[in-house]
Amino acid sequence: MTEVGSSFRARVIPCLLLDGFGLVKTVRFKERTYLGDPVNTVRIFNEKGADELVLLDINASRAHDEPNYDLLAEIASEAFMPLGYGGGIRTLDQIRKILGLGYEKVVLNTHAGRNPDFVSEAAAVFGRSTIVVAVDVFRSRFGATEVRVLSGTQKLAQDPVSYATDMARRGAGELLVTSIDREGTFKGYDLGLISTISSAVSVPVVANGGASSVRDFTSAIAAGATATAAASMFVFNGRHRAVLITYPSEAQLSAAIAVAGS
Amino acid sequence: VASGPEIVIGVLDYGVGNVASMLSMFRRIGVSASRVSRPDQVAEAAALVLPGVGAFDDVVTRFRASGLLEPLRERVIEDGVSLLGICVGMQMLTEASEEGAEPGLGWVPGRVTALASRVDPALRLPAMGWFYVDQLRGGVLPVMEERQRYYFVHSYAVDCHDPADVAATVDYGSPVTAAIRRGTICGTQFHPEKSHRFGVALLSAFAAEAASMSQPGAVDD
Repeated sequence: MTEVGSSFRARVIPCLLLDGFGLVKTVRFKERTYLGDPVNTVRIFNEKGADELVLLDINASRAHDEPNYDLLAEIASEAFMPLGYGGGIRTLDQIRKILGLGYEKVVLNTHAGRNPDFVSEAAAVFGRSTIVVAVDVFRSRFGATEVRVLSGTQKLAQDPVSYATDMARRGAGELLVTSIDREGTFKGYDLGLISTISSAVSVPVVANGGASSVRDFTSAIAAGATATAAASMFVFNGRHRAVLITYPSEAQLSAAIAVAGS
Repeated sequence: VASGPEIVIGVLDYGVGNVASMLSMFRRIGVSASRVSRPDQVAEAAALVLPGVGAFDDVVTRFRASGLLEPLRERVIEDGVSLLGICVGMQMLTEASEEGAEPGLGWVPGRVTALASRVDPALRLPAMGWFYVDQLRGGVLPVMEERQRYYFVHSYAVDCHDPADVAATVDYGSPVTAAIRRGTICGTQFHPEKSHRFGVALLSAFAAEAASMSQPGAVDD
């Protein structure tokens, strides 16, 4: 996947969860730990030169809340890197407003699952590269997989591959594929899932859920992911999981995710 | 921007593109910049930035409807003021795009073509992420000691009719236009406002050049 001229290194994306005003981290979409102030955290990731940031408000859809535009604007003013936002997005006007605050991408999940035509409409107006669909997948102990929306609480009928294919066909410019059962566990990505979805679609696939080290990035890219996302490994440190914001150096990333040819 | 007179960079706001991020970035580098959304504001700026995100036809149509086109043409084409087009804001400066049916502004000879037919198949489209760029000639990229990389998001790219207009390329298996410069018109396919220290350096250099151009007698130095 990295054999693209001599100019490319896969992106590594901190994926931060918002719970109203605060930053939280979950395990398997549950067990919320409060991390702190999102603006300050974003400022630190900015100083560390993170490739890109994704912010997901995990309450907005369930609470039927509007995105917290004031907070999103404050975060964007600190971030000189690409930004994506997801959570509670149901209308084109909301998307226009979020892009106007300084975000490149919006992440659709619940509304995309319930109303797939919205993905097509949004892509037609804002361009494919603006529209990310979050594909949250739960794998049971017996290996069966299912797509879920509404912060992992509601199952969809389609299987992950046909759902991903459908979303890409409708205009999703990128898929954020998260393993619900690995999220926050440090057990590594669900490489089988990443591989299956990556080979079924032609749009970029971002692996998310379970990363514990840069070695996991290497594995995800080898499995077909275009980019990798992580949270716990960037916000927790040490055995006791103290909150400490870190991000790998360019040298570490280049070594883990080889830049071809250069 | 160390020397030169105090200038204001105008960021054209016609409802698309990342005006807020551009203003934040100029604020961070200590350059005065303001949102330009009315035709009469265009003349107040010493240099202009034309952002653009979205589908080509939608962007061009909105820009034409904004009333900003004619004053911008006067400033850039007649007065020779510096212009920096970003992403679709750069693509729009050419004559046409395969992505749509609307004509471009036609200020830079060339057209916009789909990446799909000419890049390494391993590159998923839209091409999205940080890419190292190769400078062909000066005038857009800043002078930096380290190899420069920028954030790109696109499925289409500019093909200049005059190769001398291409300032930098990105290697997607074959070279693709990353930055252009023709006279005082510049463009970047990538997003300097989202490219950390590299974008800081590029926009600082753009502002510094605008400041030096607006200084009376600068040519005599």
